[in-house]
Amino acid sequence: MDLFLGIDVGSVSTNLVLIDYEGELYLRPLYLRTQGQPITAVQQGLVLLKEQLTSEDRIRGVGTTGSARSLAGVLVGADIVKNEITSHAVAALHKVPGVRTVLEIGGQDSKIIVLRDGIVVDFAMNTVCAAGTGSFLDQQANRLNLSIENFGEVALQAENPVRIAGRCTVFAESDMIHKQQMGHSLSDIVAGLCDALVRNYLNNIGKGKEINPPVVFQGGVAANAGMRTAFEKALETEIIIPQHFDVMGAYGAAMLARDQTSEQGRETRFRGFKVSSQDFQNCSFICQKCPNACEVIEIKQGKELLARWGDRCGRWSVTETEAGCVPV
Amino acid sequence: MKITYPHMGNLYIVVRALLTTLGLDVVLPPPTSRRTVELGVRYSPEFACFPFKLNLGNYLEARELGADTILMAGGVGPCRFGYYAEVQRQILSDLGSEMDMVVLEPPDVSYKELKEKIRHLVGDISWWKVIKAIRLAWYKARAIDAVEEKLLYLRPRVYEPYLLERYYHRALHEIDALSHRRAVQGAVRDFIKKVGSMPQRSGEFLRVGLVGEIFTILEPTANYDLEKRLGLLGVEVTRSIWLSIWINEHLFGGLLRVSNECRDDHHLAPPYLNSFVGGHGKETVGCTVGFAQRNYDGVIQVAPFTCMPEIVAHSVLPAVSKDYGIPVLTFYLDEQSGEAGIQTRLEAFVDLIAAHSHDQKGGMLSGSVFGN
Repeated sequence: MDLFLGIDVGSVSTNLVLIDYEGELYLRPLYLRTQGQPITAVQQGLVLLKEQLTSEDRIRGVGTTGSARSLAGVLVGADIVKNEITSHAVAALHKVPGVRTVLEIGGQDSKIIVLRDGIVVDFAMNTVCAAGTGSFLDQQANRLNLSIENFGEVALQAENPVRIAGRCTVFAESDMIHKQQMGHSLSDIVAGLCDALVRNYLNNIGKGKEINPPVVFQGGVAANAGMRTAFEKALETEIIIPQHFDVMGAYGAAMLARDQTSEQGRETRFRGFKVSSQDFQNCSFICQKCPNACEVIEIKQGKELLARWGDRCGRWSVTETEAGCVPV
Repeated sequence: MKITYPHMGNLYIVVRALLTTLGLDVVLPPPTSRRTVELGVRYSPEFACFPFKLNLGNYLEARELGADTILMAGGVGPCRFGYYAEVQRQILSDLGSEMDMVVLEPPDVSYKELKEKIRHLVGDISWWKVIKAIRLAWYKARAIDAVEEKLLYLRPRVYEPYLLERYYHRALHEIDALSHRRAVQGAVRDFIKKVGSMPQRSGEFLRVGLVGEIFTILEPTANYDLEKRLGLLGVEVTRSIWLSIWINEHLFGGLLRVSNECRDDHHLAPPYLNSFVGGHGKETVGCTVGFAQRNYDGVIQVAPFTCMPEIVAHSVLPAVSKDYGIPVLTFYLDEQSGEAGIQTRLEAFVDLIAAHSHDQKGGMLSGSVFGN
């Protein structure tokens, strides 16, 4: 079968999705932890996928997205490298045609995407604060001795959610401790935290945006029933959570790869599953050519230089002859 | 006296031409770099705006090279720029790095004061020589703008963007070194001829208008190379503010006839913004309307974090955006801005305006990032 692969390498998770020509999912999407090692995570994902494919399956196109999209793109040989805002919008549009608002909260960033008549007309991304993102929830669940999976369920049992300052993670945390010391129940505190995070999201990222239904909520945090309820309460509208809410970025990237390759009738640039066993070295060095002291990143496979980036002037991006990293 | 002045994009070339022709000993600060940022941030109040911090970094680096006098512009109105020179002087003095600061208030405040300040600097030179110096500086400002206009046009088009940047820097270097009007204009012609023959993509390109605070628009370090990033994403950028236009309007009182696309745009600010709010707030709103009327695909507003005039402008831009159906993206930038976030939002914005423009335009890149 002809398949298209979407890879989303984010701060917390690395997701891989396979779709067919019709945009239907093939096999189960993979949701892996990045653990600060994007190259290993992508390789591991490819191994897991390959095990499940038959000899008839062919990868016809690959798209990468997420904060390590360019790295992943170089690694696997992507046909399209797309930012996560566009990828998420594309995926949401396919799953919920007519969607007008996408709320996306991931590991370390959150965004809102406003769509009208099937095109993105506005968006915003958190710039100064990571309060309310997955990493913060993870941390708080940990502190309260809850597993992140149960966090949302506990919130739903609340009778009187407490009011928690949500502007900043540090204040939110100290306020939560204060409420615990006062003797509020765990579920009331957890629900209060969800309310605070949603308030924070709507006041920062959602500020000045027209939030109209249908509203789709995706990204890893959408697994949290407490957050969903808090959004429903705050927006007074139904919140739709797509079935594969946690891999929507990868799904969008796969769709974009399909469009890219089939529109142009091009062969894929996919380097094949052998990538998973190849040895890649990434290293960085600080360029000393001027006081900008750019941190240049270099990706090599064996002796072959695959890519370099990070320099402001472009000298490293183009000159392949110059030696960059000093071998250790 | 060894005189220095802060950087703002390529302004240094213009000011150097002026001061050296007047016979002054100029010590140019090294190009604004991360080190400049670090120095400036270390000694500035945290909530001072980004240009303030960069200025201070420039002074300190120039002082290391032996500068003892600073030439700085003053200002009036609600923008904090009017206080820069005084606060910077105080900080330098607190650091024990006292430098003589000559503040030129804009001539619209007092021509007499400006005249006296210039006399103080240059001593006994004939006014004829002063005028000659101003003329050479003016031709260099025009030359830089001509080169940059071509650069903005070609960035999305050429197949070898890094080669284009190299030609551009070489042209700047020549303009800086030459001391005759004809030679300067010749350097511009050579540049335009050379880059014009570079292999190019054809078709129509997305067009984005750049509005906002002047320093952030003109200084690539302050805007994180926004114009270059957009160019590499396949977008043709048009600035609302150009160095020579600004000089003509604010220093020459609009005396010369210089054509510019956005020249009359500030009249378009009402009914959205009716009064002067300081800085370029009114121009930002007016130019956004202007770009929309000229059928641009999108507008990007840039400003330093906490910039009051631009915050006022920002708050009325959604109304402009809605009335004219033009997408607008705002960046508040300072030393804390994350490059990855800027790049992601730019790519998403380019995708947005590409989908938004009704007629499908060719020549667009897929929005992939650096080095790809």
